Order: sequence, then structure tokens, then C-alpha cells
Amino acid sequence: MTIQEGLYRIWLIAKREFYRLSHTPIYFFSMLIAPVISAVFFLSLMKGGLPHDLPIAVVDLDNSSTSRNLIRQLDAFQTVKVNIRTASFEEARIAMQKGEIYGIYFIPENFSKDAVSGRQPTLSFYTNGTYLIAASLLYRDMKTLSVLAGASVGLQTGLAKGYTEDQVMAQLQPITIDGHPVGNPWLNYSVYLNNVIIPAFLQLMIFLVTVFTIGSEIKYATSREWLRLGGNSITVSLLGKIIPQTLIFTLLGWMFASLLYGYYAFPLNSGWFPMLLAIFLLVVAAQSVGILMIGVLPTLRMGLSFASLFGMVSFSIVGFSYPLLAMHPTLQGVANLFPLRHYFLIYIDQALNGRELYYSWTQYVSLAAFLILPVLIGQNLKKALLYFKYVP
Amino acid sequence: MAREYRLRYIIKEGFFDIFYIWKDELKNIFKDKGVIILILIVPLFYPVLYAFIYNNEIVYNAKMVVVDQSDSFLSREFIRKVDGTADVRVVAVCGSMEEGKRLLDDKKAYGILYIPSEFSKDLNRGQQATVSLYTDMSALLFYKSILLATTEVSLDLGKEITKRRNPASTEQLQEITVNPIPYQSIGLFNSQNGFASFLVPAILILIIQQTLVLGIGMLGGTARERNRFHTLVPISRHFNGTLRIVFGKSLAYIMIYSIISIWVFAIVPRLFSLPQVGEPLDVLLFILPYFFACIFFSITVSGFMTSRESPMIVFVFTSAMLLFISGVSWPKEAIPPFWRALGYLFPSTPGIQGFVRINTAGATLNEVVHEYQTLWIQAGFYFITSALIYRYQIIRSRKLLHAKYQLMKSQVARKKAIPC
Repeated sequence: MTIQEGLYRIWLIAKREFYRLSHTPIYFFSMLIAPVISAVFFLSLMKGGLPHDLPIAVVDLDNSSTSRNLIRQLDAFQTVKVNIRTASFEEARIAMQKGEIYGIYFIPENFSKDAVSGRQPTLSFYTNGTYLIAASLLYRDMKTLSVLAGASVGLQTGLAKGYTEDQVMAQLQPITIDGHPVGNPWLNYSVYLNNVIIPAFLQLMIFLVTVFTIGSEIKYATSREWLRLGGNSITVSLLGKIIPQTLIFTLLGWMFASLLYGYYAFPLNSGWFPMLLAIFLLVVAAQSVGILMIGVLPTLRMGLSFASLFGMVSFSIVGFSYPLLAMHPTLQGVANLFPLRHYFLIYIDQALNGRELYYSWTQYVSLAAFLILPVLIGQNLKKALLYFKYVP
Repeated sequence: MAREYRLRYIIKEGFFDIFYIWKDELKNIFKDKGVIILILIVPLFYPVLYAFIYNNEIVYNAKMVVVDQSDSFLSREFIRKVDGTADVRVVAVCGSMEEGKRLLDDKKAYGILYIPSEFSKDLNRGQQATVSLYTDMSALLFYKSILLATTEVSLDLGKEITKRRNPASTEQLQEITVNPIPYQSIGLFNSQNGFASFLVPAILILIIQQTLVLGIGMLGGTARERNRFHTLVPISRHFNGTLRIVFGKSLAYIMIYSIISIWVFAIVPRLFSLPQVGEPLDVLLFILPYFFACIFFSITVSGFMTSRESPMIVFVFTSAMLLFISGVSWPKEAIPPFWRALGYLFPSTPGIQGFVRINTAGATLNEVVHEYQTLWIQAGFYFITSALIYRYQIIRSRKLLHAKYQLMKSQVARKKAIPC
């Protein structure tokens, strides 16, 4: 086959593919609706960046103006909303088990009297680790308040003794910490999650669609016709079939990128090119893995099961919620088999931290290396296309 | 009265048919490798995989580099203390910010602690000293560990310094100046804030629903592909009553999932020492309506699946969203009303909420009554819809059969009419 003929045949198959894509509703759903729904879902879910007004209960056994002032200050935190005020810890605990509140702030009896007379009353706060995000946000604010409470008492006594405010603060808290969360100073969950989770959905749907598009040729016995159109060359046939989808998925991915980095103005310290390239490579790498899946398991349902399981695990193993370094060493090796992992590392270095391209080149190469998979499985797949009999 | 109209006969035949359909469904399940993967292999294997992934629970020894420009007794004391915490490991101490940044770029560390040159001087002069923390935000948990450890150390060391500076007459008096109002933080449930303890119980519940939807959906799709008129029910004497079909099939799924749930809810949590503080009876009573709701929900959904593969393409991607809609990781108060309302369509939403509170926070049925009722309502609602779907399918296949019969009859009649 000459190159020209090959190109012509790729064009023919691509035309056939565009026809199939536009005439089968499931493609419309899986290539557009599903990824868009997921993106809209997560972006709207975390629109505020951080959850605020999380309900807590205050158990106030002191019930003095000082304790009420403390509660007012607690309520003023953006994350906190004091929903229940009670004198019974039992009641608060039950409310926590009912899921009505995520934290309990406990002010002991005679708190204000003890505080001014130097009897060191202890403030306690309780969080419900069943809800990890809520618990850690409330922990932060309830702790801040407790430190402030101590400071204000200390400040009063100090000022009464004639020290300046600076002097008193230097006594109460000699060392302070000035935190700089680089790249995401607002600790915005939307930035943190959506930069990975939206590509994760894209990858999942690419796995499924790639397996489906080839597997259904086998299932409905049209694979020989497809292969004939490609002049019996598996390379030409695959290219013709895959390229239209590559186009659609890449455009979709770029659209998401423009949504994240343009509309929502998430950190993009590397400029556009490194991320757009990464998205394109993620698409072709995921397609290559998809081809491998159906090549290994040429029954449509098996291939799809493989794609689903692999695609779902990548949400966890990529390590954006729970860091990969904290997982078992085996998993740290296995994670390299997921294109999304390499995409994630590129995102960290490029968009988030704006590091030199030099730090990411191995990840770009790794993504490109997934293109070897179709070559390895090609002959196997061709055999399946020619001789595999679909058993319902 | 004809025999087949007697109540006793109808009931007897009904039970007979239920068991016939039950056996038939079990056969369908075990004949089909795709279904076996979804409703046996995945529920067995996935909980272990997820428990394994998150098994270490918390981040130990997050790598940090220190840029120590003070290079004094106090700064070294600070570094030694930070390194001593379980959360953080100091991998290097270097002289300049550039060096520190390079270590971050090379992923040799995930945070920089910057101690300025006037650190020790300020402290000795009785002024407040500030240290700076720069953290890589690739993993929130690294950030948390690093921030937590340095904060603790700064408070500790701070107290010591104040004590040294103002020797008071008694130990107690000293304590009062340093710490007029002490505080304590207590984690009530999942007290070490473990990641597996937080996420895996929710995943376990979700796996039950998702595998049932996919498995039953695939069975439905297969039936559609195989049956004569592409309807959900085969043409057979036994498949003549709606309730028989729904009960018979559900019985098969309940049986398999009862066995699976022993693995998922009793053995896996023990293997990975996940929290299990709920009363076993409460767990059991809560899981029961969840099973019903999931099964009838799946049967309802399977009515819309025209091919055996469509459920995977339509449903797999919803898993991550359903996990978030349940309100366990993203607090339910922060979920927009539209998504919250949508969440009520899925048994997993009340299922996950209720289960984690029983299992991890030790609630009893009293405390999860809202979720418990929701599950029963869902079970009832989806029972009706699944009955309706089968009712419709039975009528449709009968109609199609009748039409075919009429067509054949007229063809035969025509053939007879034309002399050979």
C-alpha cells in the first residue's frame, strides 16, 4: 500500500466512523453528555471553593457574657455556624450521630471566673472524623478560637500589668508561622480537585468509548468490512477509526481547559501550551490503553469491564486526594500504568507550580510511550477482528 | 369454578413460578461471564483493592526542607523538634531559598520551612519571631501534615522560651502566664482522622449499588437481545405474572448479595482494621432496605437498557459523583439544592450517609431514622416501578406474539387459498 492510498483509506474509514458516531446515540452520550455532566457537577458542587457555615453545637456550661462572646466569635468564622446551643453534652453527641452537626465546642462551668482568677479552665472541642473534610476545617477554626481566647485573657492581664501589646503577644506566642500554600493560597478545593477529576472522567470515557467502538465491530460482525476498507492493514484501519475520536476528545479536553484556566481562572503558571499538549497526549495515551484492553479481551463486555475497573481505580491511585507516596510501594509502581498519573504530575509541575519544562519531560515521554501498546497488541487484535466469533 | 381461578391454585402456582424464575435467574447469572465479573468478582475484589490503597490511613513523614538562615541554638532546636514529629521528616537543611526551591522542584521535598536570620535575635530580645512555610499544593495531606507539625512545635517551643524568660515563683504560676486557657482537641469518631476509615465504608456501600445496577442491567440487556421480540421477558408459561418475575429475580440477587455482604461488611473491615463501632443488628437492619432499594432500583433501570453493554457506559461514570452527592466527603450542607434533590433518586445517598454514621460514628437506628425511612420509601417506590416495567413488558410481548400469530395465520390462509 502506498502512503497516498493509505491516507485515502484512512479518510474513507474516518468518514464511515463519523457516520457511525453521529447515528448511534450512545456515542453522543458517552463522548459529550457524560464528560460535560461530570464537569458541570464538580464545578458547581465546589463553586465556593471551601464549604462554609458547617453546623456545630456549643455546650455552654458557663453561660456568662464571656462565654456568649466566645460563641459569637466562633459563629463569625466563615466555616462555622453554631446551630445548637445546649447545656447537655449528651444532646450534642446525639446530634452529631444524627449528622446534624460536625463538631462540638465545650465551655466548662465557671469558665469566665476561672479564667480571670488564673485557675486555667480548659476549653475542649470535638470533631467527627467520619466526615474528614468538615472535621479538619472545623478543627482549624475551633483551635484558632481557643488560642485567641487564651491570648485575650493573657492580653488583658498583661495590659493590666502595664506591658505593651507587642510585648504581651511575644510572651503568649513567641513564634508565629506565616503559611504560604504555593499555587493555591486560598486552599480552594475546586482548584485542588477539578484539575484532576475532570481529566479523570475524560480518561474513563475514552477507555470505554475506545473499547466500545472496536468491540461492537466484533459483536455485530462488521469488523471484516471495516478491515477490508482499511486494505487489510490493522494500522490503517485503527488510525481511521481512532482519529475522529481523538479529535473530538482533544477538543473537549481543551474546552475543559479553557473553562478551568480561562473562565474560572485557576492557576496556570506555565502558560497554555504545556497543558494543551498534556491533554492531547492524555487523550492518545488513553486511547492506546483502550485498544490494548479490547485487544487482550476481544469480547465487548469483558473489554468494557476491564475499562470500567481500570478507569475507576485511576481516580484513587493517581494520588490527588490521598498522596501516592503514602501508599504501599507496589501501588507506587503500578500507578505508572495509568496515563492520568503522568498527566497529574505534569499539571503539578506546569500549571500549578510553573516549573521549567525540563522537570516534566519524562512525564510527557511516558504519556507518548503508551502509543507502543497498540503496536504490541495489533496482530492479536487483527486476528480477533478476522476470526473471533462473538458469543452472546 | 375452573381450577385456575381458585385462589389456592393461584398462590400455589405463583410460588412455583417464583422459584422457577429464581432458578432461571441464577442460571442466567452463572452462565454469563460478564455478569459473574460484575456481581461476584468486583464485590469481592474491589473492597480489598480500595482498603489496600488507603490502608496507611494518614501521612507520616512528609518530606520537608529547612532553610535555616538563623543557624542558632534556637533554630536548630526548632528543626530537631519538627523532625522529631511523626508527621514530618526534615530531608535537608540548606542555606538559601534557591536551594530549597530546587529540592521542591525535584520532588525531594514538599515543603520549605524558612527560618529568618533574625529568628534567634528576636526571641532573645523578647519580640515575636516569624517563620515562614512554603508548601507544594500537589497533595493537601502533605500540606496538612507539615502545617500541623510546625504549628505544634512553634507553640511548644514558644512556651518553653516564655518560661525561660520569666521565671516565676512556682511551677504553677509559670504555667498560668504561659497558658492561661489550655485547650484540648478530641476526635470523637475516626479519631486519628484516617483516610481509609473515612472513605472505604462509603465505597463499600456504593459498590453494592453500582454492581447491582451493572449486573442486573446487563442481564436485562441480554434478555432483550436474546428474547424473541426484544422484550425483557421470555415467552413462557412461568413468566406470566408481574409479581412472580419481580420476586423471583429479587430472590436470586438477595441470595448472592447476602453472601457477598458478609465479605464486604464483616470480613474486609476486619482484615484492614477499619472502624466497626455500630451494633451488628443495626447494621443488618439498615442494610436490608438498602438491598431492596438497590435491587428494585436496578430492575427499574434495567428496563431501559437495550443492549447488554449500555449499562456500563451509562452508569460507571456516575460512581464518583454519587460518592460526593452522599455528603460524606463534601459536607451535605455545601451541596447545591439541585444535586441534593437529585441524590434522593439513588439508594446510595441515604445508604452511605446512614451506614457511615452507624458503622463509624456508632449511631443506632434512632439517629439514622431519616435515612432509614428514605430507604424504605425508595424500596417501595422502585418496587412499584419495577413491577410496572415488567407488567408493560409482559403485555408488550404478548401483543407482539399475538400479532405474529395473526400474521402467520393469515399467511397460511393465503397460502391455502392459492392453489399450487
